[in-house]
Amino acid sequence: MTSRRVFLKSGAMAMITMGFAPSFLARTAAAAGRRQKLLITIFQRGAVDGLNMVVPYGEADYYRARPSIAIARPGAADGAIDLDGFFALHPRMAPFKPLWDRGDLAIVQASGSHDTTRSHFDAQDYMESATPGVKSTTDGWLNRYLSASANARNPLRAVALTPQMPRTLQGVAPALAMGNTADFAVADMGARASFEEIYQAAQDKSLNGTAGEAFDAMRTLAKKTAEPYRPANGAAYPRSPFGQALQEIARLAKSDVGLEIAFAESTQWDHHVNQGAATGQMANRLDDFSRGIAALAQDLGERMADTIILTMSEFGRAVAENGSRGTDHGHGNAMFVIGGGVKGGAVYGQWPGLKADQRFEGRDLAVTTDFRDVFGEVVVKHLGASAATAARVFPGYPLTTAAFRGILRG
Amino acid sequence: MWTRSFAVLSLLVVIAGRPEAGAPNSPPPSDDAITHALNRLTFGPRPGDVARVKAMGLQNWIDLQLNPSRIDDAALTGRLARLQTLTLDSQTIQREYSGPAMIERRERQQQAGEAGGAGGAGGAGREREPSVAQRKDRQVIADLEEAKLLRAVYSERQLEEVLVDFWFNHFNVFAGKGATRNYLNEYEREAIRPYVLGNFRDMLEATAKSPAMLFYLDNWQNVSADSPSPGGAQRRPPPGADRRAPRGSEAADPTSPDLSAEARSAKVEGARPKRGINENYARELMELHTLGVDGGYTQDDIVNVARAFTGWTMQPREGSGTQFVARLHDDKAKTVLGHTIKAGGGQDDVEQVLDILAAHPSTARHIATALAARFVSDTPPASLVDRAAARFTATRGDLREVVRTIITSPEFSAPESYRAKVKTPLDFVVSALRATGADLRSALPLARELREMGMPLYFCQPPTGYHDTAATWVSAGALVSRMNFAVELGKNQLRGVRVPLSEEETVGLKIGSPEFQRQ
Repeated sequence: MTSRRVFLKSGAMAMITMGFAPSFLARTAAAAGRRQKLLITIFQRGAVDGLNMVVPYGEADYYRARPSIAIARPGAADGAIDLDGFFALHPRMAPFKPLWDRGDLAIVQASGSHDTTRSHFDAQDYMESATPGVKSTTDGWLNRYLSASANARNPLRAVALTPQMPRTLQGVAPALAMGNTADFAVADMGARASFEEIYQAAQDKSLNGTAGEAFDAMRTLAKKTAEPYRPANGAAYPRSPFGQALQEIARLAKSDVGLEIAFAESTQWDHHVNQGAATGQMANRLDDFSRGIAALAQDLGERMADTIILTMSEFGRAVAENGSRGTDHGHGNAMFVIGGGVKGGAVYGQWPGLKADQRFEGRDLAVTTDFRDVFGEVVVKHLGASAATAARVFPGYPLTTAAFRGILRG
Repeated sequence: MWTRSFAVLSLLVVIAGRPEAGAPNSPPPSDDAITHALNRLTFGPRPGDVARVKAMGLQNWIDLQLNPSRIDDAALTGRLARLQTLTLDSQTIQREYSGPAMIERRERQQQAGEAGGAGGAGGAGREREPSVAQRKDRQVIADLEEAKLLRAVYSERQLEEVLVDFWFNHFNVFAGKGATRNYLNEYEREAIRPYVLGNFRDMLEATAKSPAMLFYLDNWQNVSADSPSPGGAQRRPPPGADRRAPRGSEAADPTSPDLSAEARSAKVEGARPKRGINENYARELMELHTLGVDGGYTQDDIVNVARAFTGWTMQPREGSGTQFVARLHDDKAKTVLGHTIKAGGGQDDVEQVLDILAAHPSTARHIATALAARFVSDTPPASLVDRAAARFTATRGDLREVVRTIITSPEFSAPESYRAKVKTPLDFVVSALRATGADLRSALPLARELREMGMPLYFCQPPTGYHDTAATWVSAGALVSRMNFAVELGKNQLRGVRVPLSEEETVGLKIGSPEFQRQ
């Protein structure tokens, strides 16, 4: 089952299908050896319904379980967009199709956490700390990567385009959370100097350290983002908060401020009632989600060769629709991995099936790929973490390269 | 650290001369202790508060705050009087405020559809001037936001306001989800406020049966799997249920135009949409409202609690009130946390479920932990949580006694607790106004500031409510926002707010200082 769906494109093919002039790529590769790697993580908060996002239209049980919200088969009116003869994208995710066709987009279906919680809060916490079942973990997985691999304290190395610091990036290593880059400044220069002085003198370690990072970053950003931003390659971001956050990430990435980790979130996926099918609430969210990410990839252009966009959500949703034409909390889900180093055009992972006896606890899509094996592959192969670093990022989890799904080259 | 912070704070509060001669038995509380109590039990000390508390005695002041009906609050009442929608019931709000705006939106959508077709979700977001109906519609939330900030800044019943904020957040509902906003006034006024120093079981029931909660956590859609097909009048969505939230929020939209398309595709697949339970409320009731996530319930318990709540919904036409629809109720026997609920219980099922949950030791512990975390520290001492939980159990959920146990405890008064909490954006903004003696003329610009600081009032989307831990609110971005707020406040550049001139010189630096970020 797995092998049928794991279709590996050749390296050369992937180079050509990146969508940029090959000569440009070659020039990039030749220049200065290793370039700044960038990992952009996107959290779909609220538990996206992975079965309507990456539709297993080859499963009769999918249609039996969802009489009013199933996405029609490819070819039907409002039908899904076929990927490989078994899975298809939701029709409003058309912006992802070119990425798939170029081999830049891979999907891991039936992935997630083996922890059985169906609490949004706990499941997000577990995914962001990457320690399912362990509540006492104080830091997020990407912060542990930063602290395990950092040599210099650059606060712009990790930036969340969110008003609050996400759990993923909480921890001892410097990281920034900001609504947007333009507002990230104390405009009054006199006040700024005074604040810098009193925060430097403060005994309050947490506030002292955080403020120091803020002032450093302010200086850098002021230099780098003085001009109004214009996306490249005709990229058009949605005007939603999510689209704007992604645009800010592109701007930071192109400013060469040392950005290595970026975080954005897409919200409102908790559709217990009237979820809709080809149109409706969830369809509108998927439109925003996929247009935003496609614009980001287009805008980053040749930088996508050194970039991975990784999406996640706390858990999937029950296979069967509920009594309100919605879906209740479930288990396994789908993740997207997008970038130049991705062996794309394939759905990875073992498909567990949707028959009653194949479901987790008789109701949900089972998890056959631990999300940490996907995170781990990205940390090791894309960010180049050593085995020792990877062990610190995923404490208590026996990460082995043998368990990697082979989503990335190298 | 304390010395430094005290040095700055002492500029903000009028320090009484010398301590009065102590009571015969114990030494009088220090100014530090009084400041600490004011920091935690109010939205921050005003100039003169330390002296006032000192004059009446800290214990007397705490007793008074625990009995807010004895405190005259006429000045606040005067300030609230101009907020016209504050005392309205949900029905009037629907009929006269949100309803007309909804009809207008529909008409506009229809016109747009006829005019050009494209439409769609992401479609042209060109903002028109808000119409009269739209302005009236927005006034409902605006009045709520304004009232909340006025109360926080000006009420003399400060502990009560702190607790209303705490409990609303505990039983959070989100104004951006459909009709929830029509019910918000009633919800805070009738399901939260009366009980914050009353009985927990009473508040639990009031929230469980409130139209706001029934809508927000989808219980109005929770029906027996055996009940008749949809389409009957009983499942008619409440007025205003189709309204779109601002900022692209797309929570439940029960009258979605896609219904017909869904019905068609259902036919194609040869099956009728099936009715059945919706677990959303049952799960959050146990995870967040009562037992806590480790409180010992299972997926089976969630299903059984959901079944007990089948048939509870809002009055469909009146836009107000709650009703139990027997024919949508699953009347078979249920087992909840080892207790059997007999078949045929009807609307009494819910009473039994709430009794079981309210009396459960996990609930006592969960509530005690949350209150201790609010008043003492992000990680409250186990000894205190134990005593507060025991008090909860012994008094059958008397919240005044649980709060009293916490705020008169040695753990509360221990110097380690001083400034252990980082202020949330709401705490920060309101305490800044109180500390500077600012005059709040219009609260809406402040509400906007809070949105930008990541804490929009009444618009917290997840049922968890806002967290009040330092890890959530200390970030470089947050500090920059607070510094900018402080500078603007100090220059009297914030709209709607006026700081007395004598303070202007140094206000910005004080409010933006590290010390002022803590309470």
